Amino acid sequence: MAQHVVTANRLGDGGVVYLSTAGGWTEWLSEADIVDSDADEARLLAIAERAVAARLVVAPYAIPVERQGASLKALSQRERIRAKGPTIHPQFCKPEAGGTGLESSACMSTTNTTAHW
Amino acid sequence: MALIQHSDFADDSWIRLDDASEAPIGAKIIVSLERWQRDRESLLGRNAPVGVLLKSNQPPALIAADIDRLSLIALEFPKFTDGRAYSYARLLRERHGFKGELRAVGNILRDQLFFMRRVGFDAFEVPDRARAQEWLKSFGDFDVVYQETGDGRRRPVRVREPEIGG
Amino acid sequence: MYVYDEYDRTLVAERVAQFRGQVARRLSGELSEDEFRPLRLMNGLYMQLHAYMLRVAIPYGTLSSVQMRQLAMIARKYDKGYGHFTTRQNIQYNWPKLDAVPDILADLAKVEMHAHQTSGNCIRNVTADQYAGAAADEIEDARITSEVIRQWSTFHPEFSFLPRKFKIAVTGSPHDRAAIKVHDIGLRTIRNDHGEVGYEVVVGGGLGRTPIVGLTIREFLPKRHLLSYLEAILRVYNQEGRRDNLFKARIKILVQSMGGTAFTEKVEAEWRAIRKDAVDFSSEDFARIAAQFAPPRYVTSTAHSAEFEAARLADKDFEAWCRTNLAPHKQPGYAIVNISLKPIGGVPGDATAEDMELFAKIAELWSFSAIRVTHSQNLVLPYVRLSDVHAVWQALRGAGLAAPNIDLITDIISCPGLDYCNLANARSIPVAQRISERFASLDRQYDIGELKIKISGCINACGHHHVGHIGLLGVDKKGEEFYQITLGGSADENASLGTLVGPAFSYDRVVDAVETLVETYVTKRQPGEIFLDTYRRLGVAPFKEALYGSHPA
Ligand code: SF4
Repeated sequence: MAQHVVTANRLGDGGVVYLSTAGGWTEWLSEADIVDSDADEARLLAIAERAVAARLVVAPYAIPVERQGASLKALSQRERIRAKGPTIHPQFCKPEAGGTGLESSACMSTTNTTAHW
Repeated sequence: MALIQHSDFADDSWIRLDDASEAPIGAKIIVSLERWQRDRESLLGRNAPVGVLLKSNQPPALIAADIDRLSLIALEFPKFTDGRAYSYARLLRERHGFKGELRAVGNILRDQLFFMRRVGFDAFEVPDRARAQEWLKSFGDFDVVYQETGDGRRRPVRVREPEIGG
Repeated sequence: MYVYDEYDRTLVAERVAQFRGQVARRLSGELSEDEFRPLRLMNGLYMQLHAYMLRVAIPYGTLSSVQMRQLAMIARKYDKGYGHFTTRQNIQYNWPKLDAVPDILADLAKVEMHAHQTSGNCIRNVTADQYAGAAADEIEDARITSEVIRQWSTFHPEFSFLPRKFKIAVTGSPHDRAAIKVHDIGLRTIRNDHGEVGYEVVVGGGLGRTPIVGLTIREFLPKRHLLSYLEAILRVYNQEGRRDNLFKARIKILVQSMGGTAFTEKVEAEWRAIRKDAVDFSSEDFARIAAQFAPPRYVTSTAHSAEFEAARLADKDFEAWCRTNLAPHKQPGYAIVNISLKPIGGVPGDATAEDMELFAKIAELWSFSAIRVTHSQNLVLPYVRLSDVHAVWQALRGAGLAAPNIDLITDIISCPGLDYCNLANARSIPVAQRISERFASLDRQYDIGELKIKISGCINACGHHHVGHIGLLGVDKKGEEFYQITLGGSADENASLGTLVGPAFSYDRVVDAVETLVETYVTKRQPGEIFLDTYRRLGVAPFKEALYGSHPA
């Protein structure tokens, strides 16, 4: 199975979060716990469902990702945008935590809309 | 299951009868439209009150001729989002002149009681008595209404009329 | 404008209290997300990609300067300092926190605003001609009809759980500025042979997955029967509209499947059976509401202003802006001023808190405190004295808000798309920005003339792409953003739906494709023709060939 991480939106502010290797929720895709088997994915989703019951997050689901060097890339455009924030407001873009530092420049500005993620 | 009648919790004196069972003597029974259409004569001959439950795809026109013979009509909300019975309720009250108990059954949420009463329901089958006070409070969610739907409440433009005219 | 009375105020306050309770029940765990979702949607609160989104109703697009200031305050206090005006004449905030939403609603209520009926399967916030009350060509102020409908449809107990959402639009002029033919119900104000005012009733139009131009089911409805007739339409729809398939649940599908004649007969039969006096407003009721929309105290003026004419002659930039951004007023000596929210490279419809405060101030100084929101995501100052127009322009220009491009190629309608929207296939806004930058030259824009580009990020068509002269629809091809192009759509009284021109273009190529289409028009046009005219005369073939060659890919 391809690599997956589990994501959801926080109940309190709708913010995008990922189940982290530390077992909690993180805002950074780069800190997400990556699994590559159905069993592990099911395990993460079960943890996520408990967080739903505990009213931390809503609507968790798994997304395919790919490791690219030091950083992690979501495979769909939708998830890439969720990971970084709106591409049209560079000021609200999330910088990449724990990344190479180069990643944050991919956070698009209006004049650099064809940059690659 | 618990019953709210008018504006308070009440014991349910009616029995929901399935299509196969024998009607207990003297009992107030609610039957399906299918059973009503099949056994109409014998049900009327029992000398005990009869009610009919309409599913959300069974408009009141199907029982319009029998309105005066029915003491209760129950309208089903299979999902709370299926709002057909709001129209059925108004038609029963305002067009067919139904005076008996109009009961809402099915998937009923507390946030809908206000609307349901406004269209003519006066009885509501709700999940249980837990948080009973909060359920009852929902009837008072709004003091103001903008439509005249037959529940006697008047809309602001008309209520204001005398003040402005006078 | 319409001023809340005690009743309206009570109702809105009660709704805020109700929602505060519902949020508390959600946060305490009494309500699950599944139970809470319909309740929050009824209060305009969505979950988007990055955050919640609160959609605030601006009934029939009418705002006062006080309300605009409050919108600015909310943007600053509860959001990231901006808001987004939509094609539904609403404003959306993109970053509210759940537990703050009841406070936002309470702050809105202070200025007689709310977020009800901006979502859910109910009668949505009614939309209207943005020039209502000011347009030189109007028969009657569409806000009067709209307010009557607003009152009737507010928390309508029978019609709050319809098969699907329900949108009503009203235009008060023969020229349709409210796109009434692509709404569930469109009302066109007309005068019959006896001089009586009433409505042409159009039903079953809409965009989305199945775009349809609405059908006139009544040529003339006397004004006094407005509400009973609407009630008849809604009652037929509520009972007979499909509830088994989300995509077939709009009234347009019911009208199509029953056939126009059968549908009309059903509505007429229901209407005959309705006790009209219980529903309809009396002429006194109408008059009382009309009084709320009495014209402002115009300063008597001559039809011309020497000052204004002199400023136009003296300043070429001002003259350019006047040519595109002013519309004729019914009051001699006044003009309707359009404020474009489409600066070159900007986000269509976005305004910062500072912008909003400036608009409020300008409206106070020079437009009787009145502001309108248009379905093309711009703003309007409806009552500006000709001799004040130059001052208005200077104030706008000082803040970079005097884009002279109304109805030109850079006045693009764009939905939020994949930058915010959960349902999107592709981004809309950056495509609009890139097109805008490509055609930034004013001379080029003037040469091209009226050209309406409309962009939607998915088939839901919030960006009205079907009725764009050029429409772009975002689609997903194996995880990549692509754009289908339709040509020849129009939303006015001669409404038409665009025709798909061919295979979709990638994000990188779509702007070039638009430019190719525009160049084709420029080459083939006859004197006086706008893009739409040329397209209607020549059909799709030359445009198709320009895009794909003689052997389309
Ligand atoms: S058209 Fe689609 S992408 Fe655009 S706002 Fe509407 S639902 Fe979202």
